[in-house]
Amino acid sequence: MSDSITMQVFRYRPETAAEPTWDTFEVPAGKEWMVLDALNHIKDHMDGSLSYRWACRMGVCGSCGMTVNGEPVLTCATYLTDLPAAEPVRVEPLKGFPVIRDLIGDIQDFVHKLKRVSAWIVREEAKPLAGGEYLQTPHELSQFKQYSMCINCLLCYSACPIYRLEPEFIGPAVIALAQRYNLDSRDQGSEHRMDVLSQDDGIWSCTFVGECAEVCPKHVDPAGAIQRYKLAASIDWLRSVLLPRGRR
Amino acid sequence: MDTSSHDVLIVGGGGAGLRAAIAVSEADPSLSIAIVSKVYPMRSHTVAAEGGAAAFVKDNDSLDDHAYDTISGSDWLCDQDAVEIFVREAPEEMIQLEHWGCPWSREPDGRIAVRPFGGMKIERTWFAADKTGFHMLHTLYQTALKYPTITWYDEWFVTRLLVDGGRCQGAVAIELATGRIHTLLARSTILTTGGCGRIFPYTTNANIKTGDGMALAHRVGAPLKDMEFIQYHPTGLPFTGILITEAARGEGGWLLNKDGYRYLQDYNLGTPEPKPVKRSMELGPRDRLSQAFVKEMETGRTVESPYGPIVHLDIRHLGAQVIDAKIPFVRELCLKYENIDPVQDLIPVRPVIHYMMGGVHTDTDGATSVPGLYAAGEVACVSINGANRLGSNSLTELLVYGARAGRSAALHSRTQPKADSGILAQALDEERRLRQDFLDKTTGKESIAGLREEMQQAMESGAGIYREAQGLQSSAEKISELRDRFSDVRLGDRSLTFNTDLVACLELSNMLDLAGAVIHSGLERRESRGAHQRTDHPARDDERYLSHSMAYYTMDGPPRIEYLPVTITRWPPAARVYGE
Repeated sequence: MSDSITMQVFRYRPETAAEPTWDTFEVPAGKEWMVLDALNHIKDHMDGSLSYRWACRMGVCGSCGMTVNGEPVLTCATYLTDLPAAEPVRVEPLKGFPVIRDLIGDIQDFVHKLKRVSAWIVREEAKPLAGGEYLQTPHELSQFKQYSMCINCLLCYSACPIYRLEPEFIGPAVIALAQRYNLDSRDQGSEHRMDVLSQDDGIWSCTFVGECAEVCPKHVDPAGAIQRYKLAASIDWLRSVLLPRGRR
Repeated sequence: MDTSSHDVLIVGGGGAGLRAAIAVSEADPSLSIAIVSKVYPMRSHTVAAEGGAAAFVKDNDSLDDHAYDTISGSDWLCDQDAVEIFVREAPEEMIQLEHWGCPWSREPDGRIAVRPFGGMKIERTWFAADKTGFHMLHTLYQTALKYPTITWYDEWFVTRLLVDGGRCQGAVAIELATGRIHTLLARSTILTTGGCGRIFPYTTNANIKTGDGMALAHRVGAPLKDMEFIQYHPTGLPFTGILITEAARGEGGWLLNKDGYRYLQDYNLGTPEPKPVKRSMELGPRDRLSQAFVKEMETGRTVESPYGPIVHLDIRHLGAQVIDAKIPFVRELCLKYENIDPVQDLIPVRPVIHYMMGGVHTDTDGATSVPGLYAAGEVACVSINGANRLGSNSLTELLVYGARAGRSAALHSRTQPKADSGILAQALDEERRLRQDFLDKTTGKESIAGLREEMQQAMESGAGIYREAQGLQSSAEKISELRDRFSDVRLGDRSLTFNTDLVACLELSNMLDLAGAVIHSGLERRESRGAHQRTDHPARDDERYLSHSMAYYTMDGPPRIEYLPVTITRWPPAARVYGE
């Protein structure tokens, strides 16, 4: 890799320009540099007005998702050396979200959806604290653990072709997090969540493209969560049709 | 200027802030709560904590054992009343989090599993594999979403606390997406903004850890306590500073010098055994391990790397199965950020800035010295951490003291009148300052990144693992010079829409104040205790310094340093002994 790389960066300044533009920067790049390091170099030494989000730079806070060379990635975990050396590195905001400024998208929709599915433990009656912890075997933990690893980076929404067409679609990460609670042995809220998720903008919108699972940096497999949910919903429906009322 | 009113305003949406918000709501569901955070709450740095959270629950443990480990770990600088409350309330807080869904790692019978951590006589660290902070933060965030009385001000940046008539009545904040400046009035305000590790160049801390709450409180007269005590974590990755959890040593990892020798045996930390021994060797306290690294470096027994001297953390003997089950994130981070696999490779590590023991002085109810202003978590200093925090006490601290601050603020709010009308003049004054000094200013030649880098270098050279008067003095002069030069800072962005350059500039101003507090507190403490090691005053001096340093803001000079005696209840000062 040469000492300098070309970065093409998406710029959107709503106060001064109606349309987005592209800026080009020549950046000196060390071999350990991530895409985020190059953006930080631009901000600190070339153009202080470049706006983007970042925090932990260790792949766990979920802030720095962007579109790099067309793919949704965490920029703090994407080496420049892993990108084609001959071409400029193109950085855009995550697709599927309204752009506020430069590389920053509006993700408020995600938080609303998280609330809609009650992504927390639902109990008819809370156990008193004096009664100690709920027992949960390692096997029971393993039933939902994978879905609890979601860092809310929203790469899956960016990759989801359904979400881009139908913004009402509740979307991969939120469905995975709903499933995270449904499968938790301490939770009693799955029926309530099913009411939300079986609506038109819920699980049935998903046509199982599977892009969400491909781009997930934490191997949460939202696509798998959605498929399991559809199965559970179908069984639920079959029960309601086939079984006499008392045995549902 | 837009104005909103709430009963309780919480600044900071990490673990302590979320726990406080839930506590307010549970104490009084009629109170209106605001959480203001400069990032979406799930981005907060609690997310990066790895190893675990300490609380007594097992039959072989006791409250007194947890208290003693904490107090001896603190080199007797903590307040023992605060520690006794902390260890007593810790188990219930941890069980509460379990009831809210935190995916704690378990024993085969379904009970909570615990692991040993540095400086502990008995294993008591609860863990969720090695993403404990991540799981705690997401559990708290998702749980907090169910409370309808919480209003979320996500991506708002607080620039000033409003104090009038001797009480804190809210804050001024910028809504980042629009650049609009708002007044947020409140009967009580809780600061939960975390520490300021970013005043140093090499740190495990996220970019957002700029000590905003400490600086806000400092400027309205709240003293900053024990700011000279800064924890170096012994095992950060070189170059990035990314944390490799102490759990790697709790599970049996070794620290090796360039000869493959477990060098900690040469520093009064015990004798090497193949299996981990508690309060010994690699399970000694963080201050002592970081100091041993410097001594090894001075005798030429560290390893040279492109990013300076390092030692090796060896977890190969644990095997892939244990690594993947207990510390999978360590493997993930090494593979991603060092391109090595710790199952077969040695991990290069060096001490990196990790945690502020000091912070805004509070009592055990989380109250600062400004009525109506509370603080909890890393931003605060109550103090349970004294001169050196034990690993896995900080996550528990943000629960115990976050909840206590929340309950106190709720109680306080019920007895307070609405904000004084005079407070709005202050808010307008702040709006004028932000415009004049930053957004409308067209001159300036100092770059934000340039000043920040010089500050970080000054902190590392003067206030590192070992310190002495001359180095501290020249860093003090440097920080003072940088504060002067800051008035000529140049903003690279004057727009209103998501102006991250403005945020970086205000953060830098906060950090410069805090850097001054650290340096001057360090200059005045002429003894060595815990993480504050003075080569010119190498002994602990209980006669003069069994006291907290209290740094008070002054308008144009360095902070004024006073002292407050440490509270001793049942554990008189004694020698810190490890490896026996």
